[in-house]
Amino acid sequence: MSFHPLMPYGEGWHKSERKLVDEGQPFVFTPERAANLEDICSRYPPEQRKSAVLAALYLVQEQQGYLTASAMRHVAEFLRITPADVEDVATYYVMFYKAPVGKYVLQVCRTLSCALAGAERVVETLSEKLGIAVGETDASGMFTLLEFECLGACDRAPVVMVNNEHWAERVTPENCSTLLEDLRQRGPAVLSGCHLQVER
Amino acid sequence: MEPILTRYVREPNSFTLDFYLKHEGYQGLQKALSMQPNDVIETVKASGLRGRGGAGFPTGLKWQFVDKKSEPRYIACNADESEPGTFKDHVLMERNPHLLFEGCLIGCWAIGAKVAYIYIRGEFYHVQRVLEAELAKAYAQGYAGNNVMGSGWSCDIVLHRGAGAYEAGEETALIESLEGKRAQPRIKPPFPAVAGLYNKPTAVNNVETLCNLPSIITNGAEWFASLGPEKNGGPKLYCVSGHVKRPGVYEASMNTTLKEIIFGMAGGIRDGHQLKAVIPGGSSVPILMPDQLDIPASFDGVQKAGSLLGSAGIIVMDETTCMVWVAQNLMHFYKHESCGKCTPCREGGEWLYKILSKIERGEGEMRDLDLLTSVANNIAGKTLCAFGDAEATPPLTTLKQFRSEYEDHIREGRCTVPSDWRARGAVAVH
Repeated sequence: MSFHPLMPYGEGWHKSERKLVDEGQPFVFTPERAANLEDICSRYPPEQRKSAVLAALYLVQEQQGYLTASAMRHVAEFLRITPADVEDVATYYVMFYKAPVGKYVLQVCRTLSCALAGAERVVETLSEKLGIAVGETDASGMFTLLEFECLGACDRAPVVMVNNEHWAERVTPENCSTLLEDLRQRGPAVLSGCHLQVER
Repeated sequence: MEPILTRYVREPNSFTLDFYLKHEGYQGLQKALSMQPNDVIETVKASGLRGRGGAGFPTGLKWQFVDKKSEPRYIACNADESEPGTFKDHVLMERNPHLLFEGCLIGCWAIGAKVAYIYIRGEFYHVQRVLEAELAKAYAQGYAGNNVMGSGWSCDIVLHRGAGAYEAGEETALIESLEGKRAQPRIKPPFPAVAGLYNKPTAVNNVETLCNLPSIITNGAEWFASLGPEKNGGPKLYCVSGHVKRPGVYEASMNTTLKEIIFGMAGGIRDGHQLKAVIPGGSSVPILMPDQLDIPASFDGVQKAGSLLGSAGIIVMDETTCMVWVAQNLMHFYKHESCGKCTPCREGGEWLYKILSKIERGEGEMRDLDLLTSVANNIAGKTLCAFGDAEATPPLTTLKQFRSEYEDHIREGRCTVPSDWRARGAVAVH
């Protein structure tokens, strides 16, 4: 039975993708991060600490690389909300990792403007060079390859974001190797950054 | 037209407070603070400024609707720019952050808010760092925080980082996200002007909208209105991407035609190719054909031609672009970004993507075309927010303008448009 009279109701439809995240190591924020988060909370009305939940999850990610159940419980306690509130948010936003990732997460924009400029080829080439499919981490634990939806720099397409903050622009299948080598050798500081940076 | 919003963006250090103060910075705010808040609203109304986020709703009217009896009130600046093909706010914030702060403060003064929250998409962290550093300077030199510019009035600006959700650009979903929840839209009414952030009156304004305020206050409503056609006044930023020679952000009056923007400013189609189709206002709007471009790139002009100016993200495609693939690519975006609250959008997006993928692979049947139309029409207009209409658009508009291309795919059992920039192998369906 289908919700649409003309639509076949096959295998694979309506399967829940909900996965419980790892329990992980016991988690507490470092004192600096706890102070930082308390400062962020103060920017919202006192009874609205929940507003800082995204900031809290970024701090967890900064501290241990990805989100775990114990970290989410700590965040819940910190913000005086329930663990379910935190999990609800953590599983919705794409910039939070629910499993360990490589040292550098390559987030290739796949949406129309980047695709028109060859983003599919960039994904293909990166995937070939690293020997992994989209969503996987290479054997050395150095790189994770992800596809992202529009990053908002369509005039510099194709764009690759690294670790949620560093940007490489006008990436081509040809200069993919340089990108990987640069990251391996010198880290994300070598990336071009963002477009109108005339000071560089 | 001389650029107004982007006049200095390519000059070194244009983002710094020093530079801004040397170039008429914060003079609009100073003037606004000497006016009654209601007169600021009246001026903005008279200017005819329309929201630059996509819907084109008059900003002054939006502020007038803010319930002035309830306290506190808020400005929520929508800096979640994520409509595919749009990158104008990106430039404004990175190169001219104080213009945005000044706009936020003028908005707060007008509606009587004490805090402006700037909701910036998580991917723009490099931009956020520029904003953070400059905001600290603005605080230190008395342009924000306590006693703004010696007026005795205090107002805070808070940066709030999102975490990757297109839907957060919808105003009520943005408010939900600011409250620390999933970015999912609310049922309207009540509108945010009555019950918005923390259930308090809130005006949600786009970055480019707020950036227009200082010059309106400084130069007057008539000046602003005179820059463009009737009801389409002021400068407008256009984002041109795709198969053009010079992709980028261009500032122009809304008297300018789409043709002038694409073939003049952006340099026309890349060498050796011809124009096939244009998406004029971000991925959510209908396609315009090459013979439909001699129209003013204004809210009303583009609407008259059968599309929408939206966020002015102009995506240009040449003859190497397969239109079934375009619909499939965009549908991947929409099915991925659907917030999941309304069934037609959540389920329908997935269906549309599967049907389009099947056709693009060469396994389609003619009856799939009716199915596409039927499913899309069962999404549009049947959801809480405009996402549903946006999601239904790519298949409907490509089918309308390029039905024969769909039929070729089905008849020949393969993609019939050769291109040198698509994946060589099969693209994984996920």
